[in-house]
Amino acid sequence: MAASTDTIPGAAATAAGALSDQQLATQLAGLDALDQAAHRQSASLARRAWRATWPKLAAIGLALFAWQVVVWSGWRPTYVLPGPITVLERFWQDLGEPETWRAVATTLRRAAVGFALAVAVGVTIGLAVSRFKSLRTAVGSLITGLQTMPSIAWFPLALLLFRLSEGAIMFVVVIGAAPSIANGLISGIDHVPPLLTRAGRVLGARGLTAYRHVIIPAALPTFLTGLKQGWAFAWRSLMAGELLVIIANQPSIGSRLQFEREFADSAGLMAVMLLILVIGVAVDAIAFSTVERTVRRRRGLAAS
Amino acid sequence: MPPDTALATAAALTTAVSTTPVSSSPSGPRVVAAVRLEGVTKVYGTGRETVAALDSISLEIEKGDFTCIVGASGCGKTTLLNLIAGLDEPTSGEIEVTGRTALMFQESALFPWLTAAGNVELALRLRGVGRRPRQARARELLELVHLGGFADKRPHELSGGMRQRVALARALAQDADVLLMDEPFGALDAITRDVLHDELERVWRQTGLTVVFVTHNVREAARLGDRIVLLASRPGRLAAEFNVDLARPRRIEDSGVTTLATEVTEHLRREVARHGRVH
Repeated sequence: MAASTDTIPGAAATAAGALSDQQLATQLAGLDALDQAAHRQSASLARRAWRATWPKLAAIGLALFAWQVVVWSGWRPTYVLPGPITVLERFWQDLGEPETWRAVATTLRRAAVGFALAVAVGVTIGLAVSRFKSLRTAVGSLITGLQTMPSIAWFPLALLLFRLSEGAIMFVVVIGAAPSIANGLISGIDHVPPLLTRAGRVLGARGLTAYRHVIIPAALPTFLTGLKQGWAFAWRSLMAGELLVIIANQPSIGSRLQFEREFADSAGLMAVMLLILVIGVAVDAIAFSTVERTVRRRRGLAAS
Repeated sequence: MPPDTALATAAALTTAVSTTPVSSSPSGPRVVAAVRLEGVTKVYGTGRETVAALDSISLEIEKGDFTCIVGASGCGKTTLLNLIAGLDEPTSGEIEVTGRTALMFQESALFPWLTAAGNVELALRLRGVGRRPRQARARELLELVHLGGFADKRPHELSGGMRQRVALARALAQDADVLLMDEPFGALDAITRDVLHDELERVWRQTGLTVVFVTHNVREAARLGDRIVLLASRPGRLAAEFNVDLARPRRIEDSGVTTLATEVTEHLRREVARHGRVH
């Protein structure tokens, strides 16, 4: 038998008091319309953008002001602690130099490669741990333990293993970011509502098919949070690594930071720090938060 | 048989099918059972901590029948459906299902990352239906449940009743022979539930599915079923059976429905009271 849409003639509702199909359709449409009316149109785009932006601008303004107040207080001479205007000017000037962009390019390439490796390692470990019970017992808590280990503590070992090379930096970036990514995936899979897994099984999704169509999509929001956290760890580890591992003829953001310190150029140093902050926040905002918000909104998880 | 005679026979058969309303009442011609349970027992746990969920249930459900299973808490309704759906194995006894089963839950269990159409399409995809026919069929099924205009909405944008209709469309997409429903309207408001009763009855009439409908709402069972099976609780056991000889289509306010519901409720109350006396 097939779930066909053909009506069986003669079986239509003709009994007294019974609904005709047409009446039924109208009643259903009425119920649906009543429900849908509850979903109001939200405010205009410009208004929402302003509402999302002004608190951030205000916070930045307040922070810069506090900084300026400390400078005004004369706590340290201005060649040690320059004011925000001096630093912002230097930042702007640095952006005009090709050397800065070479450094940014090197660092971002390392960040991209390192993060990609961390995702590969983290996802492999996460899937394996969520799949096999004994593996979870064996290394589940170890992963969380690794997450709390400061990445700088890995460097001495990394330097022994890889010497002063990019390999040492990558090693620390991967080991810094992979646990967060693995944990995000594991807790995402752990928190898949059992009802959805059951619904998937009823529809015939078992084994790998279930992972592809049900479990991974259901775990996605938590996994994205893990990725975001992984990125934060990767970026921190990368900066620590670049400070310690300086490769000749390969200017990087970290190495610039080190040079500025050696030249005791405070304004230059703080301009580089500002650059690190801006890149970290920009990647998070553009790549991760946007995706995360879209995914959550689609599922009706976001507050807005 | 000469070819023209065969043709004539085929024509006669077609006529017979299209003029005779397909009867789905138990009094109709006997057909193969769609679901057959024999001495089905399900015990959870091992050793001393065992809980008997179902105790030697024997039940036969005919093809095209609408069977309602009613019982108080702990009667193993959900266990029974899981067993019929093949999601679980009985501890002892035999279960035979002719054809495939689809299962609907109290919550729609729609996938929140997919649209209404996407949910229906996934069911088709998991059955190996190709992209094009899949899209067309999903649209058809959504229209069958009067949701053609909501194909691109995501579950959270739909009301509870609409979600259950999408879930029904998704269950129908499985092209199953037996539709198992686990209190599918339990969480809905009264008006929506009434309209969905009409809707389900219409879909059932149009598709000729065998429906096994679990509910704790006796009136709902009397409104929908050809037969009501009453289960006793802890462990789940067959307590009584009622044949519903009321004309279709019915309304929940029909006096026949009320009378039958009162009778079944009496049984159910006696059954529940039995547990009060034990302690």
